[in-house]
Amino acid sequence: MTVTAAPSRVFGSGIRRREDPRLLTGTARYTDDMVLPGMVHAAILRSTHAHARIRRIDTSRAAAAPGVLAVFTAADAENVLKPVPCLWLVPDTNLKIGTYRALAKDVVRYVGDAVAVVVAESPYQAHDALDLIAVDYERLPAVVDPKKAAEPGAPQLHDVAPDNIAFHWTVAGGDIDAAFASAEVVVRDRIVQQRLIPTAMEPRSALAHFVPATGELTLWNTTQNPHIVRFATSVVTGIPEDRLRVIAPEVGGGFGSKIAQYPGDLITVMCSMKLGRPVKWTESRSENYQATTHGRDHVQDVEVAATRDGRVTGLRCTVWAGMGGYLSTAAPGIPTILHGLMLSGPYRIPAVKEDVFGVYTNTTPVEAYRGAGRPEATFMLERMMDKVAQATGLDPVEVRRRNLIPPFENGHDVVTGLKYDSGNYEGALAKALTHVDYDGLRAEQQEARKRGRYIGIGVATYVEICGLGPSQVAGAVGFQGGLWESAIVRFHPSGKVNVFIGASPHGQGEETTFAQIVADELGVGVNDVKVIHGDTENTPMGWGTYGSRTTAVGGAALAVATRKIKEKAKLLASHLLEAAVEDIDYAGGRFFVRGVPDTYKTIQDIALLANVAWNLPQGMEPGLEATSFYDPPNFTYPFGAHVAVVEIDAETGHVQLTRYVAVDDCGPQINPVIVEGQVHGGVVQGIGQALWEQAVYDDNGQLLTGSLADYAIPRADVLPDIEVLSTVTPSPHHPLGVKGIGEAGTIASTCAVYNAVMDALTPFRVQSIQMPLTPERVWRAIQDQRKGA
Amino acid sequence: MKLPVTITVNGRALARDVEPRLLLVHFLRDVAGLTGTKIGCDTSQCGACTVLVDGIAVKSCTCLAAQADGSDITTIEGLATDGQLHALQDAFWNTHGLQCGFCTPGMVLAAHELLRTTGTPTPEQIRHGLEGNMCRCTGYQNIVRAVQHAAAAAGGAR
Repeated sequence: MTVTAAPSRVFGSGIRRREDPRLLTGTARYTDDMVLPGMVHAAILRSTHAHARIRRIDTSRAAAAPGVLAVFTAADAENVLKPVPCLWLVPDTNLKIGTYRALAKDVVRYVGDAVAVVVAESPYQAHDALDLIAVDYERLPAVVDPKKAAEPGAPQLHDVAPDNIAFHWTVAGGDIDAAFASAEVVVRDRIVQQRLIPTAMEPRSALAHFVPATGELTLWNTTQNPHIVRFATSVVTGIPEDRLRVIAPEVGGGFGSKIAQYPGDLITVMCSMKLGRPVKWTESRSENYQATTHGRDHVQDVEVAATRDGRVTGLRCTVWAGMGGYLSTAAPGIPTILHGLMLSGPYRIPAVKEDVFGVYTNTTPVEAYRGAGRPEATFMLERMMDKVAQATGLDPVEVRRRNLIPPFENGHDVVTGLKYDSGNYEGALAKALTHVDYDGLRAEQQEARKRGRYIGIGVATYVEICGLGPSQVAGAVGFQGGLWESAIVRFHPSGKVNVFIGASPHGQGEETTFAQIVADELGVGVNDVKVIHGDTENTPMGWGTYGSRTTAVGGAALAVATRKIKEKAKLLASHLLEAAVEDIDYAGGRFFVRGVPDTYKTIQDIALLANVAWNLPQGMEPGLEATSFYDPPNFTYPFGAHVAVVEIDAETGHVQLTRYVAVDDCGPQINPVIVEGQVHGGVVQGIGQALWEQAVYDDNGQLLTGSLADYAIPRADVLPDIEVLSTVTPSPHHPLGVKGIGEAGTIASTCAVYNAVMDALTPFRVQSIQMPLTPERVWRAIQDQRKGA
Repeated sequence: MKLPVTITVNGRALARDVEPRLLLVHFLRDVAGLTGTKIGCDTSQCGACTVLVDGIAVKSCTCLAAQADGSDITTIEGLATDGQLHALQDAFWNTHGLQCGFCTPGMVLAAHELLRTTGTPTPEQIRHGLEGNMCRCTGYQNIVRAVQHAAAAAGGAR
C-alpha cells in the first residue's frame, strides 16, 4: 500500500451546504412549527399608547370567552418573574436602569409594551379574547427623538433617570484640543443614523413546557444564543439552570434581533408555569415591528480637524443614542464599546474624543442590528473623509490614501486603545478601485454631467471589530458574561465524528463550514462530520452567535479540539506502531513512523482502537474525544473597501444603484461561496438603510411604519448584482487565521451608497440629506438648492 | 359555524369542517400539519406562504380555506417527487440560494410560477417576478442565479 497524495483541502472549498435539503423540502422545524400534546396558545395585549399610566385593566370578559384558559397581567407576574435584566453594564457611565418588567406595571413606555396575556385552546380564540380586555389608560406626554428626550423639560420615562439619560460614556485619546487649535481645515456635520427594524423573516416565537412534577422547563425559542437565554431565564424565573433546557431549533435569521432576553418569551414561560401545560406564543409581523428590538437611532454631531493636504488630525463628536423605553439585554454596549472604540477606523488619526449619551425614549427598545455600532462609526468617519476631500479639493480616494494605516501583520495600536490584529487597507482599496475602474468612472462622470446626467461614485474603506472577544475584556467593559466558546469533538468507533458546539448559527451555514474545519484538521471526509448546535441540554456552553463571532471564536475552539484529538491519536499510533511518539508523522489523516509511510494507522483505525480500548498504552483513557474552551487573546479586525456607483434622475430624485463592488478581507475563507453569500446579504441590508429603510414614529410615539407594507426592506427588483472580491490577510492570533464576515457588508455599504449619492449631487451643491435617500428627499434637496441659487 | 371543505394537498384529499375565517395558510400548517409553508408577515407582503393552488402560485395568507374548497394544493413538501428534488430545489441548493431558509419555500414556489409563465426569464425578469417575495439574508443575488440555473436545466430537459 502506498500513501497517496492528500486530497485537496476541503477548507477553502465552496461545497454545498448540508443545511439546505431540509430547508428546501419544508422538513426543517422552526419554533412555530413545533406541536406538543396538550399545547395551548398565548396572545399578548400590547400598549396602544407610547406613554401612559394604567389606571385599570378589566380582563373579566376575556377570561369568560370561548376557549380561554387564563388571562394574566402584571399583578399575576409579581411573584413569578423578576424584571428583565440588562446584561451589558458599561462601567463609568452613571448607568441608570429603569425597571423593565415583562408585563408592564402601572406605566407603559412604548407602543408595544406588554400589558396582558391570554391563553386559549387555539390561537384564533386567544386573539379574539384580546379584543375583550379593557385597559383604562391615562395618557402621558411622549418623546421619541433621542436628542429631544435629553433636553430639559422632556417627558420623563423612569424615576431613576430624571433627565432620560440612561448612561453617559466617553472615549478620548490623543490631544483633541490641540488638534482643533492647530487645524487648517475643520469640517462638521450632523448625521442621523435613522432607526431601523431588523426584519428577520421569521417572526419571534416561544414554546414553553413547564412540568410541575419535576420543576423542569423546556423552552423552544427563536434565539441566536440559547445558553444566554437559559442563564437569563433562570435569573428571571428562579428555575435553576440545571432544570432549564433551551432549544433553538431552526432559526429564521436574526441580525441581532434574536439576542435579547424578551418579555414575550418570559410571559410564555410564566403561562406554562401557571397552567402546567405547554404554551406557544408566536408574534405576528406587526407585533414584531413593535415588540422585537430595533437598531441604530443615533443623532451624531461630528467635527474633524485636518491639514490642508488632507491629513486628519482629530475627530470629535457627541452622540445621542436612542435606547427605547427600556435597556435591552446588550443595548448599552452597542453605541459605546462597539461604536466609540472604532472611531478612528482604518486611519492614523492621532486624537479622538466622543461623548455618547444613551437616552430613554418612548419607542421600542434598541439592540444590536447587523454591524451593531460599527456601521454608525464607519458612516460617520467615511462621510467626514468625503467632507475633508471637499474642503481640501482632493479626490476622496486620495484623502483616504493619505490617512490609511500602512499594512501590518501582527498588531497595530490605535488611539482608542485597541490593538488591531492585521490589516492591508491600501491593498483592499487598490483592488476595489482597479476592479471598478475608478479613473474611468470619474471620466465617465464628467462626460455625463455635460449631458445632464448625474452619476455618483462613493467609496468607503472600513475596519471592524469582531470575534468578540477576550473574556477579560468583556468583564472590563461590563458585559455580564464571558465571550469564549467551547466545542466537543467526538469520534465514534466507526470513524464518524460528532461535533457539539455552544454557538448557535441561524442561517450562516456553520453546520457546513465547521464540518469543513474538522474534516480538514482530522483528515476525515466532510460528510463523516455532523455538527450539532442549538440545544443547551446536549451542547457545551457557548455565548451565542452575534458580532461575527461564531467562526472566529467557535471555529477556533473547534480547531483546538481537533488538535487535542490528534495529540492523543498520535500517542496511540506510537503505541500501535511500536515507535517513539517523536518519530510519528501525520499527514492526510494517517499516522506513520517517519520515513515509513507505507505502514500507517488511519485516524479511523485509531478511533476504533481507542473506542474498543483493547490495547491502549499504560494510563491512557479510552475513547477519542476532546473538549476545548477557547477564550480569544484578542478581537479580530476584518476590513475592506467598497465602491458604489449611482445615477440620479434630477427631475424625480430617483436613485439608481448601477454598480456595487465589495472587497472584503476576513482572512482565509473556509467556504468562499458562503462568504460571498454573507457579503451579498450584508451589503443589501446596508443599501436598505441608505435608500429605503426607516422606522418612523410620530410625535405621539405611534409607529407609522408598523408593518411590512410600510417599512421598506429591499426587494429583488431594486438591486444590481453585487460584485464580490476579497483579499486574504490572516489574523495572527487565530488558530485558523480567520476573522469573521457576517457583518462586514452592512458596515461598509450604507456610507458607500450615501457618498455616491452626494457625489452625484455635487453640481447641485447639496451638503446633506437625511437617510433614507428616498426620491422625495433627493428631489427636495435639489429643489432647495435650485431655489437658493 | 363551520364549513365543510375538501382540499387536496400534495395529492391527499382532506375533508374537514373549518371556521369560515380560517386562512388557507393556517389550514395547511395547523389542520394538514404541513409546516413547510411559512408565515412571515400579516399584510401579504413577504410571500413566505406562497403555495400552488391548482398549479398557480398564491399567497396562502390571502386566501381562506373555504375559498380553496375543491382545489388541488401543492406545498413545498409536495414539490420533490420520489425523493428526487425538483429542479428548482436542486438549483437553490447548488447556487447557495438560501441562508436561513425561512423565505425559501415561498420563494421556490414563486419561482415555479415564474418559470411556468416565462420559460427562460432574464435576470431582470426574475428580479421583477420575485419582487413579491422577501428575503433578508441573500440579497436575492443567488436566488436569481438559482432560477436561471433551474430554467436552464428545464430547457435542457425539454
